[in-house]
Amino acid sequence: MSEAITADGIRKRYGDVQAVDGVSLSVATGEFYGLLGPNGAGKTTTLEILEGIREADEGRVEILGLSPWPRNPKLLPRMGVQFQASAFFNKLTARETIRTFASFYGIGSRAADAMLERVGLTESANVLTSKMSGGQAQRLSIACALVHDPELVFLDEPTTGLDPQARRNLWDLLRDINAEGRTVVLTTHYLDEAEVLCDRVSVMDHGRVLKTGAPAALVREIDDTVRVRIESGLLAPDRARELLTAAGAVYSNLEDDGVTLALSTAEPGPVLSVLAEQNALRGLEVRGATLEDVFLQLTGREYRA
Amino acid sequence: MTATEPSRTAAPEPAAGPARGDGEKGSAFVGLSRVMLLGFVRDKGTLFFTLALPLMFLLLFGVLYKGGGSTHVKVAEVGRVQVLDDARSQAQGALDALEITTGLSEADALAKVKKGDLDGLVMQKPDGTLVLRFSQADQVKAGTVQGIVNSVVQGANQAAANVAPKYSLDAAKVEDDSTKPIQYLTPGLLAYAIAMGAVYGASFTLVTWRKSRVLRRLRLAPISAGTVVGARVLVSVLVALAQTALFLAVAQIDYFGLKLTGDWWLVLPLVVCGTLAFMSIGLVTGSLAKTEESANGMNQLIILPMSFLGGAFIPLDFAPSWLQDVSRAMPLRYLIVPAKSVLSQGGGFAEALPAMGVLLAFTAVLSAVAWRFFNWDDA
Ligand SMILES: Nc1ncnc2c1ncn2[C@@H]1O[C@H](COP(=O)(O)OP(=O)(O)O)[C@@H](O)[C@H]1O
Ligand SMILES: [Mg+2]
Repeated sequence: MSEAITADGIRKRYGDVQAVDGVSLSVATGEFYGLLGPNGAGKTTTLEILEGIREADEGRVEILGLSPWPRNPKLLPRMGVQFQASAFFNKLTARETIRTFASFYGIGSRAADAMLERVGLTESANVLTSKMSGGQAQRLSIACALVHDPELVFLDEPTTGLDPQARRNLWDLLRDINAEGRTVVLTTHYLDEAEVLCDRVSVMDHGRVLKTGAPAALVREIDDTVRVRIESGLLAPDRARELLTAAGAVYSNLEDDGVTLALSTAEPGPVLSVLAEQNALRGLEVRGATLEDVFLQLTGREYRA
Repeated sequence: MTATEPSRTAAPEPAAGPARGDGEKGSAFVGLSRVMLLGFVRDKGTLFFTLALPLMFLLLFGVLYKGGGSTHVKVAEVGRVQVLDDARSQAQGALDALEITTGLSEADALAKVKKGDLDGLVMQKPDGTLVLRFSQADQVKAGTVQGIVNSVVQGANQAAANVAPKYSLDAAKVEDDSTKPIQYLTPGLLAYAIAMGAVYGASFTLVTWRKSRVLRRLRLAPISAGTVVGARVLVSVLVALAQTALFLAVAQIDYFGLKLTGDWWLVLPLVVCGTLAFMSIGLVTGSLAKTEESANGMNQLIILPMSFLGGAFIPLDFAPSWLQDVSRAMPLRYLIVPAKSVLSQGGGFAEALPAMGVLLAFTAVLSAVAWRFFNWDDA
């Protein structure tokens, strides 16, 4: 399969902040690709460099075989972009908004209205964008990114701020978009979202890509461990280490963030019996590995979006 | 300070390739123009400040100043005044500016002068002395009435002494009629209205579109900078022409009585050039300001002094010369003065063309300044 995107060693600095610190990645045509990382990891900056609205300090980017910087009008009709925060004209309704965006690509109003229907906004077509709910605004944003039938779609945190039901509805839409053969690049700070949607993810932190792969493959690499959590304050971390070591339990990454005391282990049995002996089982949670554990293993920190 | 980058494209690029779907050529221009027009008509504040408020000024000032500004002087002739009658029968030019009423008693006439209904009264004592009583309430008219009567008396004296006047003065007004307030109120307030509309139109489009990220979204659409600028110019010019039509319609109703002369239509190209000049001011403030509030402040700080100094509210014909000089630096003046001339004083290309040149040069300079400060986004 050919590559829709290749980026090589891109860097971007804002004053003292190295927002992107040598990111290389490649996205295959038709792939659903995720950039996963906590806030401030550099996802948006990376995406903006790929889209061609920000110039990288260093590095090389190729989108559909073309360079996105400086602004490349040959590329623009082939890609669709949704910003992290919506970009709507003021005082327009949903229908007027999508028809306007459609007009930029020479698309007529019938196709624009059909796209509005597709994202389930026909009922709200005459609502001013300023009066729409977060979920409606996100769907309109995505509709505006798709209205010209682009082969490559960039979505920056499309589900942030939505309630769980709205998120799930949007996931269905995104899966459909990808199923139609479009390449989709999405950023998210939700681990579950990346796990559910993406063919491959790059885990980002501090402007770097820590690891890239299919979510299942990343998890499988560490799937011999489970994560054990209890409420914080039941057992002091130092005391816990002492008792676990005394009982011969094998564990790693024990940390207490003031809410939860958590540790990883390949053999939960001895760990759980120590906790039970101490009557420290309140809020107990034992989970198999997830992307969260991948992040933990890569950074030594619990994942906090 | 956040790091900003001078991210901008080098030159307007042509739209890429043939569009897919049921594409119509040129629809980006139509789409953008529609957005801007809707933004204008749906914003009550903008409508008020660009249409309602200037029109209210026109109505208010028009009513307040009505009747003022006339150079006709009303004088009562009490009894028979020989010199005046002689002068009148000889059709002396100086008397054109006098409107003479006869048949009033001295007491009645004096009361009317005191009230301001008349500007003066003239009568002749039995010994031949000419008596003139006038009110100082209107200094200009007081001067006029004295001057005219004085010249009539001197003429009569010379005639009586049988001396032919060695020098004679042939004075005539430039205007075919006396200047009515509506003649300077209309172009002045119209220019103010157009300045408000064009400055705000350009600056708020830039600021709100930048703030709502529409500008950077537009950069990712295959449309050229020329399309965006062209749509904005079209909409601002349409708004300005609508303002012009409205003002001329109101000023021409009988009550205000504006009479259009010869090449009055030259006001249309003048308005277009003025709109471009004012838009370029808005481009500068819209490029500098990060928020609507600061753009608003900058715009007011520019439009109000420019309007006063440019003669939008008060005519500058009698202003001190330093003020005249200052007004020459105001782009508004280059719309007001020629507009007044072509609308009602018989002016033509000679008045309009140089001013249009000045306005376009101003546009070019300020647009270059705006480009220098322009930013696609505030991050
Ligand atoms: N325009 C900017 N100016 C200065 N700093 C910025 C700018 N944009 C992002 N940053 C900083 O760069 C880092 C990466 O930001 P961003 O790419 O937005 O991360 P993410 O999208 O993963 O949250 C953050 O520390 C952020 O504060
Ligand atoms: Mg982000």
